[in-house]
This record gives sequence, structure tokens and C-alpha cells, in this order.
Amino acid sequence: MSEPIIRVEHVSFAYSDSQPALIDLSLVVDSGEKVALVGPNGAGKSTLLLHLNGTLRPNNGSRVQVGGLEVAAKTLRAVRAKVGLVFQDPDDQLFSPTVFEDVAFGPLHMGLPEAEVRERVARAMAAVGMVGYEDRMPHHLSLGERKRIAIATVLAMEPQILVLDEPSAGLDPRARRRLIRLLQGLPQTMLVASHDMRLVWDLCPRTAILDDGRLVADGPTEDLLRDEGLMAAHGLECP
Amino acid sequence: MSAGQTAFLERYQQGTSLVHRLDPRLKLLATLGFVVAATSTPPPAWPALVLLAGLAWGAIGLAGIPWGQALRRSAIALPFAGMVALSLPFTQAGQVVWARSLWGWELTITDAGLLLFATILVKAWLSVLVSGLLVATTRFPDLLLGLQSLRVPAALTATISFMYRYLFVLVDEALRMRTAREARSVGTGRTVLWRARVLGGLIGSLFIRSYERSERIYAAMLDRGYAGEIRSLTRLTWQRRDSWAALAWGLALLGVALVARLSSLRVG
Repeated sequence: MSEPIIRVEHVSFAYSDSQPALIDLSLVVDSGEKVALVGPNGAGKSTLLLHLNGTLRPNNGSRVQVGGLEVAAKTLRAVRAKVGLVFQDPDDQLFSPTVFEDVAFGPLHMGLPEAEVRERVARAMAAVGMVGYEDRMPHHLSLGERKRIAIATVLAMEPQILVLDEPSAGLDPRARRRLIRLLQGLPQTMLVASHDMRLVWDLCPRTAILDDGRLVADGPTEDLLRDEGLMAAHGLECP
Repeated sequence: MSAGQTAFLERYQQGTSLVHRLDPRLKLLATLGFVVAATSTPPPAWPALVLLAGLAWGAIGLAGIPWGQALRRSAIALPFAGMVALSLPFTQAGQVVWARSLWGWELTITDAGLLLFATILVKAWLSVLVSGLLVATTRFPDLLLGLQSLRVPAALTATISFMYRYLFVLVDEALRMRTAREARSVGTGRTVLWRARVLGGLIGSLFIRSYERSERIYAAMLDRGYAGEIRSLTRLTWQRRDSWAALAWGLALLGVALVARLSSLRVG
């Protein structure tokens, strides 16, 4: 069997002056899997996601590996090229004056030649179904459109792993449906933090439940999300 | 955010006129040149100011911007210029045209003071008129690109870029907070002090939210390989028409400077 693409071992983390956000958490994800991360607010979902690209660094005695690389200060650039993080609020992710420049930002800063950058932008825009929006300004787009562009900015870096924080938050049903279809069609390994159980059900065959910084369940989505007792115990609802 | 809320920030007018198609670098320099010419014109040089107004009028007409709109938009600068120049009529030496004693103060207005006051207003108004034309005929990203290729420091252009990008987000946030405040403060009889305190709180939390957002944006930039320098692929191409326009505008400004010089010589 091949090496897992994400390996998180015994990670604990506390933000300064507060309760621990993660307690001895371990999680292994194989290449190509789509895994949902669910749990109540403050369970540590976002904290875990930020560990995967080295934005947060765990304490001693733990380790985080992505794509065979140990996440450490030395490997940050390589790690960030492997892991594409899509933030909850696309306004945080789209900071350039035009859509084109935003999608080109990642490839350009990876030092790729111009022709390659243009090609990657075109591919990423096609992948999210937003061809023709290159010259638009982000603040002229709807939330659903901005979400798709935010995903394109990350896809253009051709990561092996996509990490998404609340991808469907704030979307109307149609935009949400389109987003789910878009994510279903992408080949990357995915880790998706969400409160949207319908999205979890439709997109992720596997679910991990976090509560109070601990991993409390990990298994097939069909089993976990049907277990009313388990879901209720962690403040969740069955879809 | 709805179009109505952004309308007051969005000054760009779609168009295909010559002015729209000129290189943003040229338009930036031309605007700068115009402002310098206007501000350096000595006070009594009315002929030069009339020429400058003619230039502005011609450029605005060429761009196809409706006159009423151009005038209305440039008018916002007048109160500011007026405030700055307000003391001039009272402090310049010259022939007294109006005098009154007020609470023991001798107030006098002189003809030289009035003249200076009027010229400063006209100069400020002309400068804003032409700056408005620049913004109305140039897409914001092109404007930024122009600034960058004119070697304006990267820290400054990045700041302007972020400001423009997030102004809309911030205004949206502020409007939502105001709506929330109004929803909870029905009825009249609130004092000015109360209003000021509420506004202060609103500005404070807006600042904190922006600060937190800036950290998230920075994280997003680092995530995509940012290491201190913003790179871009878009390039500007200088065309033959840009050279011609530069020559024409430059000669016109030179003419204005000459007229200003001559008329001030005649008076002095």
C-alpha cells in the first residue's frame, strides 16, 4: 500500500491564553480520499486545517506530513505548493484588483514562466466554470462566483491536496449545488470542514468528527451521519 | 454588495474614446503636468486659467463624459479648497473693500485677498476636474499598473491596491453595522453625545474586524507563495497615438505656462 498523503500524529495545540484547541489528534488520509471534518463550533476544525499547510505549527513530540513531506519551517514553500487552502470568506482569498491576477498570483510566486502561468490560469478557470471572468474585479462578483474563483486561485497551483473551510457557507441552494458538483469532479484529495451535512453526505465518503479538540469518530459517512445518538452527542444533526 | 452602494466609489465609465484608450502612464503624467501647471500659475494670470479650463473642457469632451456629471463630481472638492483658502481674503495686504468690527476684532477684506481666494478655488477645481477625468477613463487595475511602471514604490501601490479592493468590503461591513444599530435604536430623543459614542464604538469594531481580516489576507498570500514582492504578468504597451497625445498635451501646457508668464510680467 502506498504512503498516505496526509499523516497527522499526536498533534496538540493551544492558542496563547486559552483552552487547548487540539488534544493529541491523529488522522491519516490516503491519496484521492475526500474526507469531511465535522463538529460543533470551536471543536478545532479550522485549527487542524491550518496545521496542514504550516500556518500553525504543532508542539514537540507530534508531526504533520503531507505528500511525504514533513511540515517544518524549511519545507513550508514546498508544503504550500502541495496543499491548497480555500478560506471560508473568499474576500480574504481574493486580494488582487482583477480575477486574472488573483488566479495567476500563486503560479507567479512559484516562479513559473509566463506561458506556463497563463496556461494554468486558463485551466483553473475552466475547471471552476468561470472562463470569461478574467478581467472582472472581485467586488463585482456574487458570493458563489467569488467562491469558485477562490478555488481557482488554489487549483492554479496544482496542489495534490485541497483543504476547504466551510465551502458552502452563505451560498443559496443553486450556487451550493453547483459548488458540490464542482468539488465532486476534482481529482484532488480533499479535507472539507463543514456544518453542511448534505454537502458532507454528497461529497465525502468518509467523515471525521471533532469535539473539544479531540477526534471522537472516524468512519464511513453513511454510518456516522445515520447514527442519531452519536450525532446528537456532539451537537450535530443527521442530514 | 448591491450596485447602489458601490456607485459612489466606482468612477470608471465604460467607453472607447481616444482618452479611454491612451496609455495609463501617459494619462497619469498628463494629469500631474496639468495640476503642476494649474498650481504654479501666478494669481492674476486669468488668461492662463482660461486656457487650462479650455484644455480640461476639450479632454472631457473628447472622452465623452457628460459635462453635468464632470462638474458635479468635481464640485465636492470646493468646500475643502474653500476651507483652506478661507483666511486669504482677510489677511492679504491691498485695497480694503469690506470692513466690520466683530467682538472687538477688526475684520477687513482686501481686493488682493479676494483675487487670491478666487484663483485658488479655480485652480483646485480645475485640478480635481482633470483628476476626475483620469479616474473616469482608466480602469483601476490599469491605473495601478501605470503607477507601478512609473516607479512609484511598491509599498505604496500595494497599499492603494488593497485599499481599493477592500474599501467595498469595509463599506459593506460598516453599512451592515449601521443597519444593526438602527434596528435597535428606534425612536428619537437620542443626544448627540449618545450618537457620538455609538459611532465611536462602530469605528472601533470596524477597525478590529479590518485588523483581523488583514491577518487572514496575509495568511492567504503566504499560502500562495508570497515572499515580500508582488508579481504581475500584465504589461502596458506604448502606442504611436500615446506619443502624439503626449506631444500635444505637453505643448498645450507649455503654452499655458508661457501665457501665465507673459500676463504676470505685464501686471508686475
